[in-house]
Amino acid sequence: MKPFADLVGRLLYSPSHNAKLALLFDYFARTPDPDRGLGLAILTGNLDLKHFRLAALRKLAERRVDPVLFRLSYDFVGDLAETVALIWPDGSSNQPWPRLADVHRQLIDAPKTDLPDLIAGWLDTLDATGRWALLKLLTGNMRVGISGRLAKLALAKMGRVEASEVEEVWHGIKLPYEDLFGWLEGRVARPNVDDHPLFRPLMLANSLSEKGLRHLDLSEYAVEWKWDGVRVQLSARAGERRLYSRSGDDISHAFPEIIEAMSFDGVLDGELLLLQGRGVASFNELQHRLNRKRITPRALKEHPAHVWLYDLLFDGLEDLRGQSYEARRGRLEAFFDRVVPERMDLSPLIAVKGFPSLAILHESCRERGLEGLMLKRRKSVYVAGRPAGSWYKWKRDPLTLDTVLMYAQRGHGARSSLYSDFTLGAWCVGEEGRELVPVGKTNLGFTNKELRMLDKWVRDHTVQRFGPVREVKKILVIEAAFDSVCKSSRHKSGISMRFPRLHRIRWDKSAEEADELGALRSWLK
Amino acid sequence: MMAAPRPENWVQLRAKGLYVLPGDFYVDPTSAVDAAIVTHGHGDHARPGHRRVAATLETLEIMSARLGAAKNQRRHHLGFGERIQIADVSVWLAPAGHILGSAQVVLEHKGSRVVVSGDYKRQPDPTCPPFEPVSCDVFVTESTFGLPVFRHPDSSGEVAKLLHSVSLFPERCHLVGVYALGKAQRMIALIREAGYDKPIYVHATILKLCKLYGRFGIDLGSLLPITSGLKEQTRAAFQGQILLAPPSTIADHWSKCLPDPIVVMASGWMQTKKRVKQRGVELPLVISDHADWDQLYKTFEDVGAPEIWVTHGREEAIVHQASNLGYRARALQLVGCGQEN
Repeated sequence: MKPFADLVGRLLYSPSHNAKLALLFDYFARTPDPDRGLGLAILTGNLDLKHFRLAALRKLAERRVDPVLFRLSYDFVGDLAETVALIWPDGSSNQPWPRLADVHRQLIDAPKTDLPDLIAGWLDTLDATGRWALLKLLTGNMRVGISGRLAKLALAKMGRVEASEVEEVWHGIKLPYEDLFGWLEGRVARPNVDDHPLFRPLMLANSLSEKGLRHLDLSEYAVEWKWDGVRVQLSARAGERRLYSRSGDDISHAFPEIIEAMSFDGVLDGELLLLQGRGVASFNELQHRLNRKRITPRALKEHPAHVWLYDLLFDGLEDLRGQSYEARRGRLEAFFDRVVPERMDLSPLIAVKGFPSLAILHESCRERGLEGLMLKRRKSVYVAGRPAGSWYKWKRDPLTLDTVLMYAQRGHGARSSLYSDFTLGAWCVGEEGRELVPVGKTNLGFTNKELRMLDKWVRDHTVQRFGPVREVKKILVIEAAFDSVCKSSRHKSGISMRFPRLHRIRWDKSAEEADELGALRSWLK
Repeated sequence: MMAAPRPENWVQLRAKGLYVLPGDFYVDPTSAVDAAIVTHGHGDHARPGHRRVAATLETLEIMSARLGAAKNQRRHHLGFGERIQIADVSVWLAPAGHILGSAQVVLEHKGSRVVVSGDYKRQPDPTCPPFEPVSCDVFVTESTFGLPVFRHPDSSGEVAKLLHSVSLFPERCHLVGVYALGKAQRMIALIREAGYDKPIYVHATILKLCKLYGRFGIDLGSLLPITSGLKEQTRAAFQGQILLAPPSTIADHWSKCLPDPIVVMASGWMQTKKRVKQRGVELPLVISDHADWDQLYKTFEDVGAPEIWVTHGREEAIVHQASNLGYRARALQLVGCGQEN
């Protein structure tokens, strides 16, 4: 429990990617089996130790602590599990800390009525950090911000292998992953995972501007639409079926209708969208679905999922990734004709004659609800990552809006002393006349020089401070670029920019000239 | 023989602080008065402008360094245990273990004894002598960390966390937020105790006070001013280094020149996650110069006072708990306001 508690205690406050990576690496290297495997499973969301409710926890604490003191402490701390962790008497047992594996096993074995005593016994042996980690595990509230991808990077670093190699075996191994660690430490052979529906790391596209495009020989490239959905990999093997996200997370539970339709053996690459009537549902709906634990029959009926397929990586056990795009496309079409899966379509190839017609197609993307165009070199093989000169994306032009800077917050890590997170507002007519309402927050798109200028500006124009946040004089216009507009219950305006970033600082404009909320609403689909 | 006077009849809370009626002087007054006894050099206890001040020599030196040499001020330094008579009150000082020079003020009047502890702690501190319990009728206690959620762990374990992190992130620097007086010097001494002997970079205000500590025989090893580092060295020079600065300056412009700093904070407040996040701290260390919850009660027991007056901080929980334990406990603001006869 001790290494795990120290790890999560530290991860909680480490926003930077590299810091998290170093902490995870250190944990895996120093912690014995099977504890580290259990820790890995917990962090990546593959093991849930939720066994206890907050109300029961409170009862447990009041067996040991004066209720008045507990109330005063809870008022101050504001988090029940943390309060119990801190207030629990120290050193009331001289037993050693339980190991994570002990906790895991005993939770499974213990009858429910024994839980309070079992947990109290553990709390007696732990320190405050250990108690906090344990209680967060037991109440299912451990949130330390680790993606599966990050954990895999740390594992790859440990075994001095490519992250893609870890990803390839990831979904074929089982708790507590002793074979994985053994392989990474060079003690045993790579785990045999042939009979599992694995995730195969994705090939990604490089961004291209109009200028860069003109240097390409278009005849070497196939053109496809860039769909405005989520990238998915459909993997089916020996009757087992999985749907993976771009980062290799298993998202099968969110799209049962697609899983049901995967009546094949192979690995496919595509883009998933939700339908609504004859059209496509908004991206909000898709995000909503991804965050759901259980999918209702109503959601399945109103917004069924659909996949546009564009690549075939494995046909049965045959690995096609070493073949050219052209050859794989041929195999994909044959595969599709043979299987005819429901809820799926082939992403069409678009015939393009020269750059002018490509530009016209590009212009039409926003209207068609597409994110842009994909250009894939016909001779390119399928490799993980973002190889140069193979796949390109030409995104539709962003929308822009003149917004007013309202609040600024200090960043993290290298930006911790800079005001670098900005809340942007647009005008609307409120109860007391024309007022600014926030429509988005961004820390992207700045050059270092602009960032320093803005930091100084914020410090010179602060009107109020709320902890790390400063409210500034509403006089600076920021031209924000963004991909689209979506409804948002988190913004007072009810609407927000998707993927906003700084386009230009309009030192020349006055706040009065900034845009109205109405302009934003007009882009709402 | 006459009964001793009731403490609240001769020690009272007034607008400017704790007032000792038969001696006509204050302890730690919040603004300028005619006569003051000062427990220690922190700004909320040591104020400028008193006409006469008595304190330990260390505290008087600290006051000169921070507040400047005041004209027309008579200063009287008191060694621990050295007794002076002010009118009808006998006064002496005992170590409080808070920072260099920190003292408890022992007040005796007609057989009644009140101890004003100022700020104190019971954990060992290489930069000052430990708290000395003095038996008394009334013990006036601070209550900065007066909730049972505050229990300060062993400081060596916290420093080990810092040093482990330094070895884990050799390409970054560790910027430790500490109060310039007391915490900074204790932190450096603890880091030295843990065997770290590389130079430590410190903010100018900290360096000035470290030199003062040095004059009182406290060796803090090799220290370099951060400013000199900024001017003369490249960012790379700070990689793998430990830097100490007052918390209020961490967001200042100079820290932008550091190589991807890990912001560390050494404070008793780092016990709660909310505070840590609010301050943007990446590595919290629970190191405090105040008594924690357990130390407060250990101290009440050690001084054996039947009556406890609780001041600045979180009085409610302490009064509740001390009353449960059989003490006559009151928040200092309420002393003398009650219906007692």
